[in-house]
Amino acid sequence: MADVSYQTNHRKIAAALSIIPGLGQLYHKQYLKGISFLILAASFFYVFADLLNIGLWGLFTLGEKTPRDHSIFLLVYGILAVIVVIFGIAFYLFNLRDAYRNGVKRDKGEVLTNLKEQYHNLVDNGFPYLIMSPGFMLLVFVVIFPIMFVVLLAFTNYDLYHSPPAKLVDWVGIKNFIDIFKIDIWRQTFFSVFAWTIVWTFAATTFQVALGIFLAIVVNQKDLKGKAIIRTVFILPWAVPAFVSILVFAGMFNESFGTINNDILAFFGIGPIPWMTEAVYTKIALILIQTWLGFPFIFAMTTGVLQSIPNELYEAATVDGATNFQKFRNITLPLVLFATAPILITQYTFNFNNFNIIYLFNGGGPAVPGSNAGGTDILISWIYRLTMTSAQYSKAAAITMMLSAIVIAVALWQFKRTKSFQEEDMM
Amino acid sequence: MSIKKEKYIRLTLSYLVVLAMVAIILYPLAWIIGSSFNPGQSLSGSSIIPENATLAHYEKLFDLERSNYLHWYWNSLKVSIFTMLLTVIMVSLTAYSFSRYRFVGRKNGLVLFLILQMIPNFAALIAIFILAQLTGLLDTHLGLILIYVGGQIPMNTWLMKGYLDTIPKELDESAKIDGAGHMRIFLQIVMPLAKPMIAVVALFAFIAPFGDFIIASILLRTEQKYTLAVGLYDMVAKQFGAEFTTFAAGAVLIAVPIAILFLSFQKYFVSGLTAGGTKG
Repeated sequence: MADVSYQTNHRKIAAALSIIPGLGQLYHKQYLKGISFLILAASFFYVFADLLNIGLWGLFTLGEKTPRDHSIFLLVYGILAVIVVIFGIAFYLFNLRDAYRNGVKRDKGEVLTNLKEQYHNLVDNGFPYLIMSPGFMLLVFVVIFPIMFVVLLAFTNYDLYHSPPAKLVDWVGIKNFIDIFKIDIWRQTFFSVFAWTIVWTFAATTFQVALGIFLAIVVNQKDLKGKAIIRTVFILPWAVPAFVSILVFAGMFNESFGTINNDILAFFGIGPIPWMTEAVYTKIALILIQTWLGFPFIFAMTTGVLQSIPNELYEAATVDGATNFQKFRNITLPLVLFATAPILITQYTFNFNNFNIIYLFNGGGPAVPGSNAGGTDILISWIYRLTMTSAQYSKAAAITMMLSAIVIAVALWQFKRTKSFQEEDMM
Repeated sequence: MSIKKEKYIRLTLSYLVVLAMVAIILYPLAWIIGSSFNPGQSLSGSSIIPENATLAHYEKLFDLERSNYLHWYWNSLKVSIFTMLLTVIMVSLTAYSFSRYRFVGRKNGLVLFLILQMIPNFAALIAIFILAQLTGLLDTHLGLILIYVGGQIPMNTWLMKGYLDTIPKELDESAKIDGAGHMRIFLQIVMPLAKPMIAVVALFAFIAPFGDFIIASILLRTEQKYTLAVGLYDMVAKQFGAEFTTFAAGAVLIAVPIAILFLSFQKYFVSGLTAGGTKG
């Protein structure tokens, strides 16, 4: 209703004029703002004309002639062009909104802010943008840009046989995804890698969590002596950088000079086990090592929780005649699981993507005949192998997308349940 | 009597468990330390406590003409320290604006950060490699540092924002009334109160590059520019066994200082990880 009562129509005129950025502001007699908007818009087109032209063309065609056009560079320019366009549109919308808002003010008969106030407004409203911009720009180029690139790559045929500069890359739609599920060797490899990834994630994580909680409860017993020194020793596997420990374990499990076969198993009279050449044994070794590496974190967290459980709970239980096991079952375990649940889920997603241990221990091997994945490759290390050794870039990108979808789904599910997400001011 | 007996059995079992765990934890560490003093290059016929211990492998590592180890160590320190500094600066600034200002795009920004922190930043390996090639940052430490910092921003921003939200806003409002500017409130009022969380972010940002293998192995091409993780892996992978004792000495020299650093800051790690973060 309020609109009808306006005598003038400044807001519409200004917004219409601002189709060319700056004119609307000039119409409001905000000369400095208007001129700077005009200059910004003009320089935007002047500076980015080539990039926009080549980039957007390249994004659609991925190049037409081989020696001249490098498809992958064109793809990169294309993404840059899209990013630039998004920033351009944001500025353009801001310009329209600004012209319209000031028009509304004039229609209401209010006096527009003068230069000095505008400057203050700019500083006040612009401050968060200003201090965020370095971090945000970096994020755009080293995180968002690569993600966009991988997403687009999943829909091309970029591999060893379609590799610029000699050959062009083409858009192939969802062919990569179809191939992974339709072509026998891809489907079999995908499902065997995926199955092992799931088994690995659940086995390794569950063992480390169970061991961590168990040891924390054992050490936390009141009448156990030497708690401080025991706790320090139990934290050690976490304190040593993981890549060092994994490489050390790779030496220990080595079949020719490793201490596991030569000393420990020999001591018990067991013959040497082919840890590195038979996938089953490599898998067992990996799960054992990850348990060793991962339990201290759970141990430290659980210890913290245990120390915060009030003693009165146990005293009351004792008065009621509860046995030690009942106290554990009904007091300790629920409290520990409740307090550590969010962290436990992150442990699962961490192991799901635990590249270091798989790759550093045995390179994802041993090799499996007739498959392009090693016997212990999980999804992320398989992607690495496809990218770095067999140049299957587009397939690797397609698998990356599926993997990211899984991780994001789990993480979103978890975040929805955390308290902080539901707090009003958080968002 | 039976209660006493039960307690006796329980404690004995507990000590046995603890003892077994201590052995399992310390054995690999003892083995690698023993190996590092073992004479000769391979381990065949060696024992945990070598008979004629030698420092030769350590000497070799410190000799710049025979080994790149010191270069690697220096590179790792350099990359970690710069990553830490840049991360702390950028994360403080972004987290502060998310926490204290209400601006257009804030909500979308937060959701974007939330989703980005869930995607492992090495998922985009190919892109990182090609981008580095295009910009000439391949085989430079600058490229590596920028990627690490970018990868650290989303998760740590959430962590830091959560902490800043707990610092009462009345503090900066009263400072504003007293005439303090934006920058001044940020630097002199809020940041000093956020010191514990700054320490956590700094620790994460320092440790993460130290342990990263995958990105460094893609970006760094010349041996002199390797970081410790890449260098040591290379040492092992090139001729496994043939140089194992030298590798062992190198491993000890990394593990000891990092473990000491870690143990002295351990409580910050636990508090930081429980406060938030999805990467574990």
